[in-house]
Amino acid sequence: MITNIGFGSLAIAFVLTLYSVGAALYGVRSKAGAWVDSARYAVMSVFFLITLAVAALIVLMLTGHYEVAYVYEVINSGMPLYLKVTALWGGQEGSILFWCWLMSGAAFIVMLRNWKEDRALLPWVIVVTMVTLTFFLGLTIFAVNAFYRFWTMPNGAEVTSVFQPAGATPIFPYNGVGLNPLLRHPAMIIHPPALYLGFVLFTIPFAFTIASLISGQKDDHWIALTHRWTLTAWLFLSAGLLLGMWWAYGVLGWGGYWGWDPVEIAALMPWLSGTARRWTAFLIMLTYTLVILGTFLTRSGLLSSVHAFAEGNLGVPFFIFLSLALIGMFGLLLYRWNDLEGHGALTSLLSRESIFILNNLLIMGILVVCLWGVLFPIFSEWITGQRITVGPPFYEHAAGPLFVGLLLLMGIVPLTAWGRSTIKTLGAAIWKPLTAALVLLVIAFVLGIREWAALLGIGVAALAGCVTLYDYGRSVWLRHRSRGENIFQSLWRTPGVSRRRYGGYIIHVGFSLMALGVIGINMFQTQTQATLAQNQSIQLDGYTLTYRTLEVWDTTGGSNLAQAVLNVSYDGTLVGQLFPTRNYYYSIQQSVTLPAIRSTLKDDLYVVLADWQDITTQSATFKVYHNPLVAWLWIGGGVLILGTLMAAWPSEEKRRRNRQVLS
Amino acid sequence: MSSTPHDKPATGKRIKFIIGGVVIVAAIVFLIVSSTINNTQYFLTIDELLGRGAAMQGQNVRISGAVIGSTIQYDPQSLNLNFTIANIPADNNLIEQQGGLAAALHAAVIDPSRTHLQVVYHGPRPDLLNNEAQAIVTGHLGTDGTFYADELLLKCPTRYEDALPAQVDTPTP
Repeated sequence: MITNIGFGSLAIAFVLTLYSVGAALYGVRSKAGAWVDSARYAVMSVFFLITLAVAALIVLMLTGHYEVAYVYEVINSGMPLYLKVTALWGGQEGSILFWCWLMSGAAFIVMLRNWKEDRALLPWVIVVTMVTLTFFLGLTIFAVNAFYRFWTMPNGAEVTSVFQPAGATPIFPYNGVGLNPLLRHPAMIIHPPALYLGFVLFTIPFAFTIASLISGQKDDHWIALTHRWTLTAWLFLSAGLLLGMWWAYGVLGWGGYWGWDPVEIAALMPWLSGTARRWTAFLIMLTYTLVILGTFLTRSGLLSSVHAFAEGNLGVPFFIFLSLALIGMFGLLLYRWNDLEGHGALTSLLSRESIFILNNLLIMGILVVCLWGVLFPIFSEWITGQRITVGPPFYEHAAGPLFVGLLLLMGIVPLTAWGRSTIKTLGAAIWKPLTAALVLLVIAFVLGIREWAALLGIGVAALAGCVTLYDYGRSVWLRHRSRGENIFQSLWRTPGVSRRRYGGYIIHVGFSLMALGVIGINMFQTQTQATLAQNQSIQLDGYTLTYRTLEVWDTTGGSNLAQAVLNVSYDGTLVGQLFPTRNYYYSIQQSVTLPAIRSTLKDDLYVVLADWQDITTQSATFKVYHNPLVAWLWIGGGVLILGTLMAAWPSEEKRRRNRQVLS
Repeated sequence: MSSTPHDKPATGKRIKFIIGGVVIVAAIVFLIVSSTINNTQYFLTIDELLGRGAAMQGQNVRISGAVIGSTIQYDPQSLNLNFTIANIPADNNLIEQQGGLAAALHAAVIDPSRTHLQVVYHGPRPDLLNNEAQAIVTGHLGTDGTFYADELLLKCPTRYEDALPAQVDTPTP
């Protein structure tokens, strides 16, 4: 019954999306506004229908309907309630359905806006969003259906299908397998939806771009219309990437956070193209393509990756969709080429315009590095018949210098002027923050950092940070002087003047802090391992870890937990205890090793329980990592998110204008 | 992006911009090419690796194979991990023909005529190292015919196949 409701509403939604595309196109052709309105209402009802389907699946998961294959796969009666709900995006079928729901929700919100001024764009926005949605809905219905049930055929064969095959009897399993325990982590619960939201939201500016190109609008009006969508998409994509890194660091237990895995890169690429400044039609199309490509790469099983749960046979439909989309976009770009040209000329090598172009060049460079690395094995196999891969060192060597370059530009950009700046004007503006950055660099040197690459990175990050703070301080001071305000009032009110500008500054500070964390863990990580008898110790970088005890017990969640207790002391004083664990899940016969992490602003101590002596637990084996400064990666990430939030938040001025319109 | 007209830069300035752009693009291309040359690894099946013989010894390569569960030996004292992997085809289509990755891995493990490769790895035993898991190892082939892995990546596709698991049961009417 519930499965029928879920599947039925999906089927109707699919028909309605097709209808909305047809109605919108017909409305444009015959200049009949009623058809466009009809399409608009169809788009809005699609959202309610998919909501119903998602609700149906959630009910099935919560009530343990294990005859549904998807529920069987991701739900286990021992799982807590919140995991049973979030298992919605724990597997292939559910996550594509969830994708559809987010996409329809975004389209719904776009439909709600006042279309009076941009009526010409409406039908094309409908067409683009709904064609995308049709594709994904088609996948959930025809390829990866979440509502398939288990049946036994009269001949004894077991099959899965939505409706009862003739003569088949249903199978009701007692319990399900349950979500992969590696995914049962707070970060992993928010990470996929954040990424998906980022992906989905990028579709909206793309739809506006295409709409404006097709309807032949000459101005860049649509960029302003969708700026907030773009920022919000970027916000969620950043959050999703950060949470993924945090999860990898806190759960996977290899002491790192980013492995240049193809799936990670697939998510990084649209983020990069979304980071590029000054949105143009080309960049938006590129981002959309990368979003689809990213979903395709992760879902097609084309690449070998640690993301074992992202596997399937969706390669062909994705490839066709992507090819058609690319051909369409390319044709449209050529067709409207003349309207796109001529966005102001460059006047000076050091002007802000040039810096932005340079910035974009570097970002495109990193993008090409990523794309090259991901596709290299596939191309090499096509051409030479031999799969040749490139590993993490490739990305680090090729993209590392480009990232440093980006950081340097970030430092310079607030000090450059639009139009004209020269070495002289730049030099006059930069010498104070540059001095401050040099002082920080000397401090780093005195503290014992000698590697030139690390010093370069720290210097550039310090410069970017100092310039931002300096520029902000200068504005605050000017405001304080000219308005006679209290200095604290000025501190608080200055950013309100231009949220986008100061939001951008905060993002810069976030990046600089993240760079510090990356340098710390990538260049100064140390590790050791040892098998310790009780009360024996191991040393690493001034820390002493003493193995005290180990206990093993069965948890109520259907797993067997082993937990070691280690005393941590630094320079002879006890600073805390660490509890690395290993959790063995009976239902799927897999263990999960959870590292114990002692995190401070200076460094992280990261301990993995590698093994122990059964029964007596007299001795246990540990792997220990010392990760300097890594906390700054997460702090910087948080700052970056805050800055993006600030930039995306509606400004006072705009809200006032809205209020005036209303009253 | 404003539509206000700017005055065209003088030709000398234009050349400066073009040179600047070319230099940066060249630098990016150089970075990519040099990093590629220094960091490529052949991704081979066991058959291919052994078929090439001594030429591959000492070279940094990536090998994929099916883990034979009964061969896994782990010494927690020294963190030395030994196991044997069996040859599986690299071609996705071939794997699909055999009924998916899980079926291909199973077939490889139970078939004694497949080429085997002994792998040595140093480090904690990964959680996913089980019978019929797919191991992707990066490292080099030693002169003794053993593969010394620096990196060990595991995939367990069994959970994602469509076949019905054993604990499923029909209720008695």
